[in-house]
Amino acid sequence: MKLTKLLTSVAVAAGLFAGPASAEDMRIALVVKALGIGFFEAAAKGAEEAASELGDVEIIYTGPTDTTAEGQIEVINSLIAQNVDAIAVSANDTDALVPTLQKAMQRGITVISWDSGVAEEGRQMHLNPSSNALIGNMIIKLAADHLPDGGEVAVLSATTTSTNQNIWIEEMNKVMGDYPGIDVVATVYGDDLADKSYREATGLIQSYPDLDAIIAPTSVGIVAAAQAVVDAGKVGSVNVTGLGLPSEMAGAIESGASQSFAIWNPIDLGYSAAMIAYHLAKGDATAEPGASIPMGRMGDVTLDDTNAGAMADPFVYDASNIAEFKDIF
Amino acid sequence: MSLADPQPQATRHIPDRLTTPAAKMFKSWESLLLLVAVGIFILNSFASPYFLNAWNLSDATFNFTEKAMIAFAMALLIIAGEIDLSVASVIALASTMMGLVMQAGFGTPVIVITGLLTGLACGAFNGVLVTRLGLPSIVVTIGTMSLFRGISYIVLGDGAFRGYPADFAWFGQGYVFWVITVEMVIFVLLAIVYGVLLHKTNFGRAVYAIGNNATAATFSGIRVERVKMILFLLTGLMAGLAAVCLTSRLGSTRPSIATGMELEVVTMVVLGGVSILGGSGSIPGVVIAAFVMGLVTFGLGLLNVPGIVMSIVVGALLIGVIALPRIYHNLRAR
Repeated sequence: MKLTKLLTSVAVAAGLFAGPASAEDMRIALVVKALGIGFFEAAAKGAEEAASELGDVEIIYTGPTDTTAEGQIEVINSLIAQNVDAIAVSANDTDALVPTLQKAMQRGITVISWDSGVAEEGRQMHLNPSSNALIGNMIIKLAADHLPDGGEVAVLSATTTSTNQNIWIEEMNKVMGDYPGIDVVATVYGDDLADKSYREATGLIQSYPDLDAIIAPTSVGIVAAAQAVVDAGKVGSVNVTGLGLPSEMAGAIESGASQSFAIWNPIDLGYSAAMIAYHLAKGDATAEPGASIPMGRMGDVTLDDTNAGAMADPFVYDASNIAEFKDIF
Repeated sequence: MSLADPQPQATRHIPDRLTTPAAKMFKSWESLLLLVAVGIFILNSFASPYFLNAWNLSDATFNFTEKAMIAFAMALLIIAGEIDLSVASVIALASTMMGLVMQAGFGTPVIVITGLLTGLACGAFNGVLVTRLGLPSIVVTIGTMSLFRGISYIVLGDGAFRGYPADFAWFGQGYVFWVITVEMVIFVLLAIVYGVLLHKTNFGRAVYAIGNNATAATFSGIRVERVKMILFLLTGLMAGLAAVCLTSRLGSTRPSIATGMELEVVTMVVLGGVSILGGSGSIPGVVIAAFVMGLVTFGLGLLNVPGIVMSIVVGALLIGVIALPRIYHNLRAR
């Protein structure tokens, strides 16, 4: 291909032209969807933590002003120009970044995506915050942890056709054997609408007087269910749990309607992304299907056949840490 | 005001600019802007060790080439007293149409022609509404800004077109010679074409005349509506061309493509010394403004300056470059 030839010569020439190579620190760029978003500021904090742990790493935290692919491309072009050692990107567009990131890789830069992924040909690996199996297990575990003697739980999902929720519930059902005494008595659908979710949760409370917990693997449903529990005066007898955002769930934790819930931890995510980028750029780990890459205190990530991997269990938020995270995202 | 100039002249002279030719050499917009550009270049070379590198500078040109293609036609349109705020949405629609054609199995030539024709059709739509119905262009193009992008969103939703043919990548990712990109060559050719068109042809003189006083231009025998229609068509065509380049560079189409680009194009035109009220401005000014904006964003990017600070710098630059000659003029008049 003419283009391939051109790009190859670009890569060769880039090697010859490469500016004053910095022998000092390894520079890892953490490119986010847009600056000024709490979630990503927290991720940057995690990356800095990884940097200070590793010692010889400088983190460049950057991103466009708006969540546009064009803005991210300009940012990545300037990072390529600076000849950084690695780029870890949470992409605004799965496909549009591919040509630019391919150019980066051709010039010897390690490229990974995290949080929001890039198409396979545009990165060496992708770090998912968690996996479906881990989420499925976590949501039932959250309910079971507060029910040592077993009990009745119900699921409040999004829509009947919500792919993510359906997979998570399926994964949850697979591990039900690990939690003896826990019965899932009903699964209802709030369609990810606040008012419908509220009515469905109220219905559950009325239909099952012995209900011990509501599991809502959706950030809309969990907030509505917590409100329904408060309004029904069932705080303390029905525990609402599932997946939610700390900023939205802080009230439910304070009122006691929810003992705990889970979602990814952006600090851990930024930390792990920086760790993976470091090891790949250093050359002491390779991104290939089945490979295992160390992530410091977060353990190892194992890559599947699309070179994607899951970081960890969703992070559990409860009264002990909600205050810290509710301002972040 | 220049038309009302009481100076006795054999032939009526409509100046390109509102300043006198004598002072032009020293305080012309272009020389001021060139000074700014050179200053930024030197500052950047000192600020970052990565700046003076042929490949990096070549990459940096992508920051402005596509916008500048539209800016040339937009400059003429603004000089003639009109504006087109729908250009970024035209890119979205043209890119979507190109994606549809690509999915139908057509090759690169048809994809490119589709992009250009879509741009031309959008320009014609704007032009007809402005010239035939006499609607204000700012209102029309704010409307079509939503309309064109809206169609893209209906076609694509939250999906994307991907899988453009490999040879299509030539436009946005290809190199003609060494570090000279295809887009850079298109940019230079267009600069020459539009420079000649505006400064060396009767058509260019008509554009200035219309911008200074459309009524007087009509009575001078200029077919005002026709000239404006051609300018809208040109602007649409350039947006179509930018859509070809941008789609080729991204290798995919999403309805959010080029969001907000219309304001960057207008900024480039105004920074280039084109009066937003119409009647004055030049293509060399726009060319230098394109480089200034490209150098500023790339230079600041190399220093990892956050994007929001970058917007502040560009805004301050725009106001500064516009205000300085005015302040200078006021001081002299005192």
